Amino acid sequence: MELDPLLLSRIQFAFVVSFHAIFPVFTIGLASYIAVLEGLGFKTGNPVWLKLSTFWTKVFAVVFGMGVVSGIVMSFQFGTNWSNFSQATANFLGPVLSYEVITAFFLEAAFLGVLLFGRNKVPAGVHLFAAIMVATGTFISSFWILAANSWMQTPAGFELINGVFHVTSWSEAIFNPSFPYRFMHMGLASFLTGSFVVAGVSAWYILRGREVEANRKALSMCLWLILFIAPAQLIVGDFHGLNTLEHQPTKVAAMEGNWETSPNVPLLLFAIPDQDAQTNHFEIGIPSLASLILTHEWDGVVPGLKDVPRAEQPPVAIVFWSFRIMVGIGTLMILVGLTGLALRRGGRYFQSTWFLQVLRVMSIAPFIAVLTGWFVTEVGRAPWLVYGIMDQASAVTPSLTGGMALFTLIGYIVVYAAVFSAGVYYLMRVLYVGLEDQHDEEEHEAERPARPLSAAHVPFEYGEDKPSNPAKQGGH
Amino acid sequence: MELFDLPLIWAFIIGFGIIMYVLMDGFDLGVGILFPFAPSEGDRDTMMNSVAPVWDGNETWLVLGGAGLLAAFPMVYTIFLPALYIGVFLLLAGLIFRGVAFEFRFKARTSRYLWNWAFAGGSTIASFAQGAVVGAYIQGFNTVDGVYVGGALDWLTPFTVLTGLGMLAGYSLLGSTWLIMKTEGRLQEWAYKITLPLLAAVLIIFGIISVWTPFVDDMVRERWFSNLTVIWVLPVLTLLCAFQIFRSVRNRFEGMPFVATMGLFITTYLGLVVSRWPYVVPPEYTLWDAASAYGSQMFLLLGTLLVVPIVITYTAWTYWVFRGKVRAGEGYH
Repeated sequence: MELDPLLLSRIQFAFVVSFHAIFPVFTIGLASYIAVLEGLGFKTGNPVWLKLSTFWTKVFAVVFGMGVVSGIVMSFQFGTNWSNFSQATANFLGPVLSYEVITAFFLEAAFLGVLLFGRNKVPAGVHLFAAIMVATGTFISSFWILAANSWMQTPAGFELINGVFHVTSWSEAIFNPSFPYRFMHMGLASFLTGSFVVAGVSAWYILRGREVEANRKALSMCLWLILFIAPAQLIVGDFHGLNTLEHQPTKVAAMEGNWETSPNVPLLLFAIPDQDAQTNHFEIGIPSLASLILTHEWDGVVPGLKDVPRAEQPPVAIVFWSFRIMVGIGTLMILVGLTGLALRRGGRYFQSTWFLQVLRVMSIAPFIAVLTGWFVTEVGRAPWLVYGIMDQASAVTPSLTGGMALFTLIGYIVVYAAVFSAGVYYLMRVLYVGLEDQHDEEEHEAERPARPLSAAHVPFEYGEDKPSNPAKQGGH
Repeated sequence: MELFDLPLIWAFIIGFGIIMYVLMDGFDLGVGILFPFAPSEGDRDTMMNSVAPVWDGNETWLVLGGAGLLAAFPMVYTIFLPALYIGVFLLLAGLIFRGVAFEFRFKARTSRYLWNWAFAGGSTIASFAQGAVVGAYIQGFNTVDGVYVGGALDWLTPFTVLTGLGMLAGYSLLGSTWLIMKTEGRLQEWAYKITLPLLAAVLIIFGIISVWTPFVDDMVRERWFSNLTVIWVLPVLTLLCAFQIFRSVRNRFEGMPFVATMGLFITTYLGLVVSRWPYVVPPEYTLWDAASAYGSQMFLLLGTLLVVPIVITYTAWTYWVFRGKVRAGEGYH
């Protein structure tokens, strides 16, 4: 069998970036949540807020550490597997990605240590300020990353000289047409991820009768946030889709499973796209609804996949189904928000076992939604890497052989599997130990900076440092 | 229009970043290489504690270097990484393993031995890979029109294996002299004992590399044996540093062996730089050939000039806070 370095490089990049993405999307939302908790604690003086903040800061530390480790590979992969792409785009992507690294280091150097280790060493206001700066810093980091990605989707502010991109306007290149939508969409996705994880974990604690008072407060906050942000995400997503329709019509055609450019296009609820036959099987749809959503007119014309040659079509089935999973989860999120509102009266939202179980399960939903969302936008622009200008085949490293690519693909899978099963396992330990018994080891530490993960004072193995019998503390 | 020679400025910034990385990550990698040979498990705790507060700050220079290369010298980035494809993977895998081992070993009890191996193995592989990268740079790259056209394992030659071993020995020496400075008692005694054999190994391997290098490449030979005799002061300084290590270990000085080892690294590094200057992708491309657009270099320079001093200040503060001896049982965690 002939090993295709292009295909293997694509799989490797998809694997590494997917693995990496789940960490920052959570930390961005969580950082803002921690800043809010710190703010509430500062304002009200209620120790419950600081208890929650202390606990979630530990979780933040572990997840942030894993995000940094998994991100290291990203910054080298552009060169190892996509050297032609790197050579062509370095004038823009080099500085933009470097600014992301610089932001992250500045954040870590100046504020992360204060947030993680400084609670008892700096005035409360300074600690709050550090929490706000960390939250802001995570957004600035994502600003640069999304500017880079959006520029590849909707390139702007450049001229091509001998196949190399030269920046003619930094503001046009950074604030390229799809950037504001992607940034908003991703920001809200981070908030939703943070909310659902905190809600799910709080629900789990409440179900087990652990620290019910504090976790109820956390859950309540998250449900309010979800109530407003989940519908807001739908609206922002719609605008993002309209922007995609304008700049990347073929991607929208794949999302809708629409082969022929035509009016009155139905919204397909189910279909099996068949790229070879250039058609769908077993279509079930709502007539004209796709036209209405995309053009805001019942008989609006929606572009079809056949507008471009087969070679320039993305893999339709992946885009089509990823889009449906993402939207489906988004709809579930809106329902969770409404249900939470309905259960408000009499505080049933934290007494109803089934609702708490739903929340527990839903804590993984945002990660699936984020990944499928990225599948839509990344697979949907195939075969282009820089949309309309550079395709994947001409971007790959010329000297790369299939064997080399396979070697590192397997290698990275092994490394990530080992490292991240340890990391996720440890995260579970932190959650298991919980909010109780946060014996203040920080008191014992001398005043000194340290690394993120060491903020979580939890042993690696089970069987030690167990929380004292939970049943005794809660009202089980 | 082009007011400054930005490629030259960037060459200094990245060159500075590289030596910062080598010196700082070098000693903590060295501690990792020496890890399995420590007298006892308790000593291993102390060894790890001695580098725990600083190691991840040390590695930030590597990430900064990677991103900085893409931005300032994309040709270096897009030739080195494909040419060293397998080596880069080993380097990253090694660094990831040892980084994670660092965090979890402190928290582990029964699984501690596994993290010990991950830490030592990761450190060793990463160090060897870095040495091989240096060797590959001296060898030069097979390119056509700025694109690497060689094979997957072109970099792996007897010469690069030797530079890889040289880096292992050099980092071990940085590690052992660091331990002399930061520890006491039995562990310090052990560090004193292994330093001189390590110094001998470094001198032998560096010596062979120095004699071999002019034969690897004509240009290097011309550089050293032309009338530019002033550069011979560098190897002389290297030898003086080596002698200083020898003398200070004999006299049981505590700080000087580490300082002299850093001196040895710096003079060797400068020797390497003058051998190849101004070629960043030998044998064909200079730093001006490899540079990105003027506007791109300028755009990033502004942010770098703002942030790098802060990072350096923070780094210096960290080392200041953690000055002094690390004692057994005085857990960092």
